[in-house]
Order: sequence, then structure tokens, then C-alpha cells
Amino acid sequence: MNAPTSFDKASALREKLVVIGNGMAGCRAVEEILARDPERFDITIFGAEPRVNYNRIMLSPVLAGEKTFEEIVLNTADWYAQNAIELVSGDPVDHIDRTRQTVVSRSGRVEPYDKLLIATGSDPFIIPVPGRDLPGVVTFRDLDDVDKMLAAAGQGGNAVVIGGGLLGLEAAHGLSLRGMKVTVIHLMPTLMERQLDEAAGWLLKTELERRGQTILTGADTQEIIEKDGHVAGVRLKDGQEIAADIVVMAVGIRPSTRLAKTAGLDCERGVMVDDHMVTSDPNVLAVGECVQHRGLCYGLVAPLWEMCRSLADHLTGSPSGYLGSVTSTKLKVSGIDVFSAGDFSGGDGAEDIVMRDAARGVYKRVVVKDDRIVGAVLYGDTADGNWYFDLLKKAEDISEIRDGLIFGQAFALGGGANADPNAAVAALSDDAEICGCNGVSKGKVVETIQAGACSLDAVRSQCKASASCGSCTGLVESLLALTLGDEVQAGAKTLCKCTSFTHDDARRLIVEKELRAMPQVMQELHWTTPDGCASCRPALNYYLLCAWPGEYEDDQKSRFVNERLHANIQKDGTYSVVPRMWGGLTNPRELRAIADVVEKYDAPMVKVTGGQRLDIFGIKKEDLPAVWADLNAAGMVSGHAYGKSLRTVKTCVGSEWCRFGTQDSTGLGVKIEQMTWGSWMPHKFKIAVSGCPRNCAEATIKDFGVVCVDSGYELHVGGNGGIKVRATDLLCKVSTEEEVMEHCAAFIQLYREDAHYLERTAPWLERKGLEWIKAQMFADPDAVRRLAARFRHSQKFMQDDPWAKRASGDRSDLHQHLATVRPAQTEYA
Amino acid sequence: MQAKWLDIGPVTQIEPGMAATLPVIGGEEIAVFHTMRGEFYALVNKCPHKQGPLSQGIVHGDSVTCPLHNWRISLRSGEALGDDQGCVPTIPVKVDAGRIYLLREAVVPPTPAQRKAA
Repeated sequence: MNAPTSFDKASALREKLVVIGNGMAGCRAVEEILARDPERFDITIFGAEPRVNYNRIMLSPVLAGEKTFEEIVLNTADWYAQNAIELVSGDPVDHIDRTRQTVVSRSGRVEPYDKLLIATGSDPFIIPVPGRDLPGVVTFRDLDDVDKMLAAAGQGGNAVVIGGGLLGLEAAHGLSLRGMKVTVIHLMPTLMERQLDEAAGWLLKTELERRGQTILTGADTQEIIEKDGHVAGVRLKDGQEIAADIVVMAVGIRPSTRLAKTAGLDCERGVMVDDHMVTSDPNVLAVGECVQHRGLCYGLVAPLWEMCRSLADHLTGSPSGYLGSVTSTKLKVSGIDVFSAGDFSGGDGAEDIVMRDAARGVYKRVVVKDDRIVGAVLYGDTADGNWYFDLLKKAEDISEIRDGLIFGQAFALGGGANADPNAAVAALSDDAEICGCNGVSKGKVVETIQAGACSLDAVRSQCKASASCGSCTGLVESLLALTLGDEVQAGAKTLCKCTSFTHDDARRLIVEKELRAMPQVMQELHWTTPDGCASCRPALNYYLLCAWPGEYEDDQKSRFVNERLHANIQKDGTYSVVPRMWGGLTNPRELRAIADVVEKYDAPMVKVTGGQRLDIFGIKKEDLPAVWADLNAAGMVSGHAYGKSLRTVKTCVGSEWCRFGTQDSTGLGVKIEQMTWGSWMPHKFKIAVSGCPRNCAEATIKDFGVVCVDSGYELHVGGNGGIKVRATDLLCKVSTEEEVMEHCAAFIQLYREDAHYLERTAPWLERKGLEWIKAQMFADPDAVRRLAARFRHSQKFMQDDPWAKRASGDRSDLHQHLATVRPAQTEYA
Repeated sequence: MQAKWLDIGPVTQIEPGMAATLPVIGGEEIAVFHTMRGEFYALVNKCPHKQGPLSQGIVHGDSVTCPLHNWRISLRSGEALGDDQGCVPTIPVKVDAGRIYLLREAVVPPTPAQRKAA
């Protein structure tokens, strides 16, 4: 290129272009202008950093030690010289004087302009917590920040990164590679929530944890702790403290608008520009992260390039116009491939196509609406990200390739027939392995089907294909369809529409594969939705709670409202409250407290329940904690009348008063209730103890019923007084109260561990058969003891009164309104 | 002159997957939802079926299941999903700098004076 010099004759006629910002946007804009018309402008660039333009995106590899600064320089000193660009580095612009058309630098240098380009980029957002200004608290924005981090990392020790977005995770990765022990603190429940959905965010978190980082999600920073004038740690709002020798603040960026604002240019979140990147002053343009275009601010690099092109087109006299960008993110975090594009939050008429491959750690989700891709999230295998993004940007009709879409470009476009997954399976050779767990080939599966196995279950039991982890279920289903056509028999009912697994499969695999969190279950069991539905979430929450007592943390957002608010929702949206009355016993103190609550909270009705206690109706959700505090004060706890849990133990008066009573049924009932209360179960569970065969407590229509007789106790199970009345079956007869308790605990645990969620004992018993239940309990002389021991272990973590916690202010967010909107007085004037 | 958008507080006050309620004096109570994907929506807190409080339902994807009779309602459009028919009014929401805003004119009912003028 001919390098024009300032002595050119033409030079005097050139317009003067001043660029504020020597970063990626500012320099790219200049490159685009030079490419179109190298003679048009005399150019001066002001940069705040004392160096040439470098690729800011590559600061992470520099931090990680994978690249040097020299390797990430975009424009060398030679480039500025060759293009006769004057670079003023390390002397940032202090203000703009639009009347005189000059900029004034910090050192006092005055530079006139004909056209001014603002490319100030963005500033790191600093969360306003005490200690944010301490030495050792850094941001992650420029090379100086990287140098500070490297200096700290040289001494080893602990690093805390606040912010689990892209930037924060890259900082964490770099510091970790440099030998520091890193903790990432993230406010939201999942990492990179703006780019990834919950499922992918969870996979990323587990992988980073496996690599030695500590990831704290849902963690709110309260303050940065000081010691000897330097940062020493971070304290979270929950009181937890994390030691730190360096704290990196990477919670986000904000468009840098100070210069534009003080110059009186129109700004909102960013500097307002039109489609030609012109601000409210026709001689001032702006480009990059500092601008707001059509309401949007961008923090990714691709839109900057597009903006720079439109800007250069405009300045060189052939305006094109920038129309905004659809963005995608493809990145590697610690070598983990992640991709996201478009709107993957779903929407009306949008459908998710989800593929999960647990063995390879792959999660793919493509969101389709009106036969077009509107969004995509890929984790673990991002090879097809660009293809999906291309289809998305071009809004191409994908109906023809829809069935094979999720398998990627090679598969979907591999010829008409191959777009059908069944055809792909048909094309496999007979010795291709279908089931990796049990080593079953395609030939063997087809042979089994031809020999009469007409359903998935039949295939599973006869040749073991898909009988273990189940990840080949889809392949086996395809083979069934190919071999039998319409004769395929529907398989067992799946847990819900989100999965091809049954309740039994899910329960078994949670234990076998030691799945301990809901996103983990959904990933390992190939859920076809990103976060489940109102059917599977409560079921999985229960299964996990049952499988991992004391370890699994109950998920409130997967609880039905009654179990979330510990009261029964009524048709008008109010709640009913039932305090526990052990074995149906009460006393004046309790009755007075209940009467007081009824009056104090204007409860319109009190009713005696079928379970021998009192039900207070019409309580508002915001009054519940206060009601509970009053009831707690009188010694009463939650009756769990709202739960899939132990409800009541109904008793008759027994031998203490009744002339027919054979045993102390009331006392035994109280003991049983004290042992079993608080237990979560597949469905509600009712117990009764009758003092003689007259059975006044109606024990033979309960889930577990005790009928006292002269010689001991008959234990009955599987009764129900509901929609379909079912009398109990006799389980066994025992002779002491201790044996009653032990058998009760064992039976409940068997039900807890085996039944499907929302299956009462009556249908469960009919499905499994009484003989099966007896075999589980009595075939091995030690079985009852083992089951009962597991129940008692689980109860150690269950018997906390949920009302007491709420009454003391726990989770007040569930009860209180955000605020009350009162139309302002002036509006009535 | 009142701001077009009503600031109802920080995003952190509603956990993802949950909802909160906002009573309106002289108007309909509003349910504000935070999906697991991190988006915010607001609907009148009444199921089109039997006026169940949608704020108390289980949130999944961008829909909520009513706690009374399991109708599924789209948080985006307020429409009942599946075979059910019905719709509940939605209130435009925006999130800016960590705070949630509702479109004021969709929240605050018309004043008596405005009603007279209309």
C-alpha cells in the first residue's frame, strides 16, 4: 500500500478523523475505512492503555500461559506508521468539546476533528460491596489486570473469582492452571445462565469441579474482607467465608458512556446510534461495546465487525446500514466445548429437540418454531454449532430434515433416506453393537424380536438389550419398529412425557448409578426436556430424597404448593392449617391456642377432620408463619395434612377406658405417630390402631392398620377408604408393641423404596402382590430389621417441624408479597 | 409525570423456578415468574379455569402448572396449553441493571377520572 505522508498535497484537503479508543472496535473501524478509501482521512487514535491494539478476547490464553502478549497483538507499531496514523497511547481523552470540534486529553493535548469516532468499549461492573477498593481486588479487562493476576498467582495461594459468566470462568481457568486454588462465586443458580440452559450449566459445573475448582452457585457476596491493608477473603450473605489472596471481579460489563454523556450526546444504557453508527451529533460516530443500537448493547465480537463495516460504508460515501446482529457464542472453557445461539428459552409453539449422550458427556438442544430453528445450546460436542446457527440466521425451513436434525449436519443431510433415524439404524450391520452394557448386537436384537418379543420390555427381559443403563432404548425401539411395523406393543408407561424411562427404571438407576441431583438424573437418563415438567420434577425430587437421606437437598421449586407452603390450598387460594394431635389426643392448652388463632386471623371455619384433628380454614399465605408461631407456642407442630407423607394415626380409646379394649391402642398410636411423623412418602399414608376387633379406628381401610386382640396385634396393610374402597390384607400377627413398631417401620420403608410416586399402598400392593411384599419382609429373617433401620436413619433428617422453621422467618419469600401497588394519589386528581 | 415502567425490585428476590405475588389496590393481583432459564414474566394471578393462584404452581420451561387442577399456562402468552382453552392477561416485563420492571399502564387500573373520560 502507498503510505501517504503528511506532506502530500492532498493532505491539506483531507478530513481529520479522531478515534477515541485503541481497542478492537476502534482499530477495526479504521481498517475498514482504509480498505475503502485510504486517502480520505488524517487519523489520530487515542488509547488509554500504553500499548498497541491487541486481541482482548485472547487475554485468557495469556493468563493461562498458552500465549504471549506479542502473539495477541493485532496492529503492530508498523501498521500505525505505514498508514500514517498517529497513536496517542497512555494519554486518554478527558473531554470532548463539540462546539469547537476538539478533544482534550488528560495531559492537555487538544486535537481538532471533522469526524469523531467514539469507541470506548465497556467498563467492568464493580459490585458495590465493602472492600471493593482493596489492593488485591482486580477486574479482568486489560493486560494490566492480567499482569496483576499473574503476580498474585506466582505466589500460589487462594483465588476467588466473583462471577460465573464466560469472563469469570476464563479467569478461574487461567488462575487454576497457574497453580492457584480457585473458588468461583456466582449469584445465579447455574453457570453462564445467559448462554446456557440449566442442563448445560450443570454439566459445566460438574466438569469444572472435577478439575479441582470450587463452584458456589446461588452465592451472594456480602463483603470483601481485609487483613493488613490487603484483600484476605470474601464473606457471603449466608455467613460463609472464603480465604483469598486475590479477588477477581468478573460480574459483567457496562458500556463506557462517560465521555459521550458529558459531551451531551444522547445516551441510554449505551451511546445511542442510528443504523450508520451516527450519534445525536452528525459529526460524532460511535461503534463497538459502548453503543446502543435499536435498543441493544452487544458484548460479543461478531456484532462489532458488522458495525465497523456499516460505519466505514457511511464515512466513505456509500452508506449500507447496520440492522443489528443475531449472536452466537462458541467457546472453550477449560477445554470444554460450549455453544449457544439465538433464543433457546422456548416460547409459544416452540418445541425442544433434546439429545443427551451421558457416556460422551454430550447435551444438545435445538429449539424449533414454525419449522425454523430459533435457538440452540450444545455442550460437549459443538461441531454442528455453526450449521445450526447458519440455519437459524437464514430462517431456513427444516421440516424436511427435522427427524435427523439433532444428529447433526452429516447425518441430516446424508441423503434422503438417512434423515430418518430408523433408516440409519436399518443401515447398521448385524454385528453392530446396540447395547454396550450387555454386549448385545443388532442381529441378536432382531432375532429376539422375530422370535416373538413384541415390546421393549420383552426385548429387555429376553436378550437384555437396553435392560441396564437404558441409553440404547431409542435404538431398540427403532429396531422394533423396523422389524414389526405396526405390531409393536406399547411399552410400560413412562414416568412422564419427558423421558422413555419408567418409574421403576428411574428409581433403580438413581441408586445404581448414584445419581444425586435432579439435573444429573435428567442428563444420565436422557430427558428430552431441559428442566422436566410438573409430573416428573416432584417424582424425581421424592426419589432422590428417598435414595439419599440427609444428603439430597429438597428442591422447593419441584414441590407441589401444599408441600412448599406446608398447608392445604383451597379453591379460593387460601389455605387450611391442621396441627398435629398425636393419636387424636388433645388438651385445653391446644384447644385454646386453636380457638385463639381462629379468632385472631378471622378463620371462617373450623372442622373436625376424618383423621381425628382440627382443620382451620381460610388462612392467607402471608399469615401462615404467624399462625404457626402461635400454634408452636402452644406445643403443636405441623400435622402434614398437606403432604405425600404420614398423615395421621387414628386411634380408639383402648384398654385404658373401653370395657372391650384389649390393649392400649391410644398409647400405641401415639408412639407410632411419634416414630413416623415427618416422613416423605410416594403418596399420603394413613395409620390406625384399634383396641379390639370392633375396630372403631377403622384400621382395616388404612395403609397400615393395627387391630389389637387378646393375644397380641394383627397387622393389616394396603387399605383405602377413597375412590375405590379396599379392605386391608393381613400381613402378620405379632405379640409385642416393639414388634408392631418394627414391622410398621419396615413396611413403610418397603413402600417408600419401591412404589411409584403418587401410588397409594392399595394399588401398589395389588400391582406387586401380597406374596411379593411378604417375601420382601419375611423371606430373610433379618429383612424387617434392615428395612426398619433404613427408615429410622431417614427419619433422623425428616423430623424437624417445618412450621417452626418458617415461623422463625426461614423462606419468608414464599409467603410475602413483593410489594403492594397503590395507584399514586395524583392519578386520581 | 410518572415513569412508564414500574420498578418492583431486584431480580434476586425471586429464585429461578419460582414466582412472587404483587397485589394491586383496586386491580388484579399479579404473579411475577422467574424461569429456570432466568427469564421474567408476569401474569394476572388467576388461572382462566377456576381462578387458581398461578404463582403457586410448578414452573417448568416457560409454562406454569396451576396448583388447583393442573392446567398448563404459557408464561409468554397467558394461553392455556394442551387441550384446555382459556387465556389470562400478561403484563410486559423488562429487566434492566438487575432490577425487574413492569409496564405501569398494564399494572395500575385506570383511575375514576380516567374511566369517566373514556
